[in-house]
Amino acid sequence: MIRLENVHKAFGDNRVLRGVNLHIPKGESMVIIGGSGTGKSIALKSVLGLVTPDSGTILVDGKDARSGDKDAFLARFGMLFQGGALFDSLPVWQNVAFRLMRGSLKRPAEEARAIAVEKLRRVGLKPDVADRFPAELSGGMQKRVGLARAIAAEPEIIFFDEPTTGLDPIMSGVINDLIREIVVEMGATAMTITHDMSSVRAIADKVAMLHDGVIQWTGPVADLDNSGDPYVAQFISGSADGPIEAVR
Amino acid sequence: MSRVLTPIAVLGALTLSALAALGRLAIFTGQTFAHMIRPPFYLKEFGAALMNVGYFSLPVIGLTTLFTGGALALQIYAGGARFSAEAVVPQIVAIGIVRELGPVMVGLMIAARVTSSIAAEIATMKVTEQIDALVTLSTHPMKYLTVPRVLAGIIVVPALVAVGNIIGIMGGWAVAVGTLDFNSATYLQNTADFLETSDIMTSLAKGAVNGGIATLMGCYYGMNSGRGAMGVGKATKGSVEAAAVLILAANFILTGIFFTS
Ligand SMILES: Nc1ncnc2c1ncn2[C@@H]1O[C@H](COP(=O)(O)OP(=O)(O)O)[C@@H](O)[C@H]1O
Ligand SMILES: [Mg+2]
Repeated sequence: MIRLENVHKAFGDNRVLRGVNLHIPKGESMVIIGGSGTGKSIALKSVLGLVTPDSGTILVDGKDARSGDKDAFLARFGMLFQGGALFDSLPVWQNVAFRLMRGSLKRPAEEARAIAVEKLRRVGLKPDVADRFPAELSGGMQKRVGLARAIAAEPEIIFFDEPTTGLDPIMSGVINDLIREIVVEMGATAMTITHDMSSVRAIADKVAMLHDGVIQWTGPVADLDNSGDPYVAQFISGSADGPIEAVR
Repeated sequence: MSRVLTPIAVLGALTLSALAALGRLAIFTGQTFAHMIRPPFYLKEFGAALMNVGYFSLPVIGLTTLFTGGALALQIYAGGARFSAEAVVPQIVAIGIVRELGPVMVGLMIAARVTSSIAAEIATMKVTEQIDALVTLSTHPMKYLTVPRVLAGIIVVPALVAVGNIIGIMGGWAVAVGTLDFNSATYLQNTADFLETSDIMTSLAKGAVNGGIATLMGCYYGMNSGRGAMGVGKATKGSVEAAAVLILAANFILTGIFFTS
């Protein structure tokens, strides 16, 4: 369903992506692992068109992601940003219901609000959070509001950029289960970035390891522990010794 | 490269980068106006921008124009006294405020107050990925952020200029009547008789241009902000500098167009 072919992206002389190839079939949950600063977020953003790759192709359903109607294209996606990216001028519920209050998916305000409150409940937030402003919430709560916003319009394809970073272990567990549930229940195609190995095991059908601008290894989550790939082995053991330099 | 040519090369590079910046700004301006006439329109954002640019700017505009008018009256009186022309205070205050100082003071105050806040807000949104989030939620950042603010600037700043003109003239009047022994009724009569409709219209036109410049610069620098807190700081500083310079330049050009014939 989503296919990246030989995608390159550089910022000045910082060559971030150097030929990324990745395929995510429909309804599958792909988890991308890799050290911080290796370009995982940039890879997600290139699919959405937020970042324009220098070369390479990105196909969604076999069609070039940059061709065709941009609104219709983006309406199929939900995205949780690494920092939450909540609009701080709007109360929480309007953040969650943003897409439901304007454009082609517009519906009455009470209905949008009811959906927002329901989505907030699903990410473990009480209804009284709905009327607070993002700046009044803790980082972990903001993350969960971002997650609620990503799933509010029940998209076909969902991207999660570090969904559990900054959450306590229990809340991480809740979010992992939720992501799994969304993929199974809604049949959504998911692409998740995480450093959290418990998330990887809870969420992933397949895992891809990004390092040095390319996908070093990809395979089913069951093969993760005996991948035979030195990069993956070092990453999941969290060892300072191995092919991945600790100083980068 | 030979040492003789280096300064010329630097000059050339500077010229090219200035032209490129001007080009980007022109494209941004063109896009803003193109989006202005095409739906969807975000009325709530427009309303909020009207309040922020217009209503909340009234105190600072009232105070700055009041003191400017007062100082102007004192100066004209003192200067006029050198050739026994003290009596022209009401006329010169009126023309000075309405034709030049009103629009310029209001423009600069809007640059200080509104341009900076727009740039800082949008730059922070950029840095915290809120602009990216808008795009993924199928909302065009230019329509949602830029158009409401620029439209509000063009519409509401002329009204601010009108208010500023009146308060500036009243500042001159208060000083003239209070300390320079002018007759109140005569002062106001002279002011009203002297001003022409064209003076007021050009004043308001300058206001619209200044409002457009101030809000556009805030949006442009915010949208093109670099990363991190330093990026936001640079965007804010750059926006106010650019707005102030362009407002004064535009004022000079418009004065040339309107008043030399
Ligand atoms: N807008 C940008 N301008 C310049 N460099 C960027 C930009 N966005 C990301 N980078 C750089 O690209 C690299 C990868 O970033 P990112 O994809 O955010 O990493 P991560 O794998 O941690 O998500 C980093 O070195 C970062 O500094
Ligand atoms: Mg990242």
